[in-house]
Amino acid sequence: MTDRGIEVVRAGALTTVQDLGRPGHAHLGVTCSGALDRTSHRLANRLAGNPAEAATLETTLNGCAVRVTADVTVAVTGAPCPVTVEGRPAPWGAPVRVPAGSVVAAGAATHGVRSYLAFSGGIGIEPVLGSRSTDLLSGLGPEPLADGAALPLGAPSGPPSHSHLVAYPGPPRSLVLPMLLGPRDDWFTPAALRTLASSSYRVSTASNRIGLRVEGPGLERRGAGELPSEGMAMGAVQVPPDGLPVVFLADHPTTGGYPVIGIVPEEALCAAAQAAPGTALRFTPVRPRRPLVPHQR
Amino acid sequence: MRPLPVGRHGLLIESGSGEEAEALHAELLRRRTAGDLPDVREIVPAARTVLLQGLDDPSRLAQEMTQWQVPPLTDTRGETVDIPVRYDGPDLAEVADLWGVTADEVAGIHSATAFRVGFCGFAPGFAYLTGLAERFHLPRRSTPRTKVPAGSVALAGPYTGVYPRSSPGGWQLIGTTGAALWDPARDRAALLVPGVRVRFVPEEGT
Repeated sequence: MTDRGIEVVRAGALTTVQDLGRPGHAHLGVTCSGALDRTSHRLANRLAGNPAEAATLETTLNGCAVRVTADVTVAVTGAPCPVTVEGRPAPWGAPVRVPAGSVVAAGAATHGVRSYLAFSGGIGIEPVLGSRSTDLLSGLGPEPLADGAALPLGAPSGPPSHSHLVAYPGPPRSLVLPMLLGPRDDWFTPAALRTLASSSYRVSTASNRIGLRVEGPGLERRGAGELPSEGMAMGAVQVPPDGLPVVFLADHPTTGGYPVIGIVPEEALCAAAQAAPGTALRFTPVRPRRPLVPHQR
Repeated sequence: MRPLPVGRHGLLIESGSGEEAEALHAELLRRRTAGDLPDVREIVPAARTVLLQGLDDPSRLAQEMTQWQVPPLTDTRGETVDIPVRYDGPDLAEVADLWGVTADEVAGIHSATAFRVGFCGFAPGFAYLTGLAERFHLPRRSTPRTKVPAGSVALAGPYTGVYPRSSPGGWQLIGTTGAALWDPARDRAALLVPGVRVRFVPEEGT
């Protein structure tokens, strides 16, 4: 049997190996990392016959192309894009049989940002702290893909699946991010909370795997105090001194010293990961239903 | 102890001081080991807080915690890690100035201090060590260095830290260690984990 692997023909703007990340290490300063759009990552794996934790390739805006060294099943999900095998059109969002020696390519995203390429058997590099994900903040896991790089594939574990209905996402006109206020909403003026709830923001070009950055009205703090470093959660909306909220994504720092006005639930972060720069964005902050400890605050 | 909401599955417990937060962190670990804590994905101590993530029912735990008796930290329990150090950092003279002592005395004061890992952050395996007396607390450098070598032993605010690898940094550098602070291939990737006690041991000839 030939060695199962892929050779990078066109790495694309930023293509990284991603799985479900390395949770449980935040106390060591190691962030969760993993696929930004977990739903699309899982779907790609399911279509290719892999378990959810198999490693896929996550592309950024302009896709990537790889040559497979053995017969493999490939599935492309996430940001819709033209898929080709040896230059011939192939379906997006479905298992595609790719013969040994052929080049499979995911083109530029027609909308959205990140496409996911799952290969039967998954990317088979050695895991670091239980994950194969590239953590761009701390440099754990493999380097982002470079032209000419070679990566091994694991052994296929199950048959590809044709039976799932794959919803083809429409172009997102705007992104709405729900948010539960806290832990530090009391660091902001009532006017800032109104601004947050009523303003239209735009996704900034400075967004990356660490955070979704926005353009729009700044949020004013009540006082000038400094916050001692505290733990940062995935989805935390941190507000640095310029007042512009940053939504922390998978490669976010584990601790930080700017107040977090609210938390975007993890299931809403998949949509955030697919919002291209310039996309209109609104936050819908709500207060937690009841105080954590009655009569204490 | 003040519990603050962190989304639907998190809690940030704010303590009155760093010591209290460290004691609460130790208690959380003790309860988790004893099977006396609901399932939790992350327990992240920091300067004055402990963050809990991946809880099923944060408000229930928040209410239970109001009944906890958290014992204060003891100085005698737990693991101690010795870190060999050469006190040869480029900011040693400046630190001596700020402390009003000689460079040799900086080494003496630092190596005589019983440190504890308060928390980690900034980079994998970067530990914030508490224990320096308040009169030795220092400001960060006004201009951060673009490159601090791996193994640099450094001071900032109330903390001592060791850079696990080369990175930009604004701390005052007083020494160098050859200890491997971070090695993901090792069973225990981080040499210094929250709660561990730390001593700096001057190397011969420094």
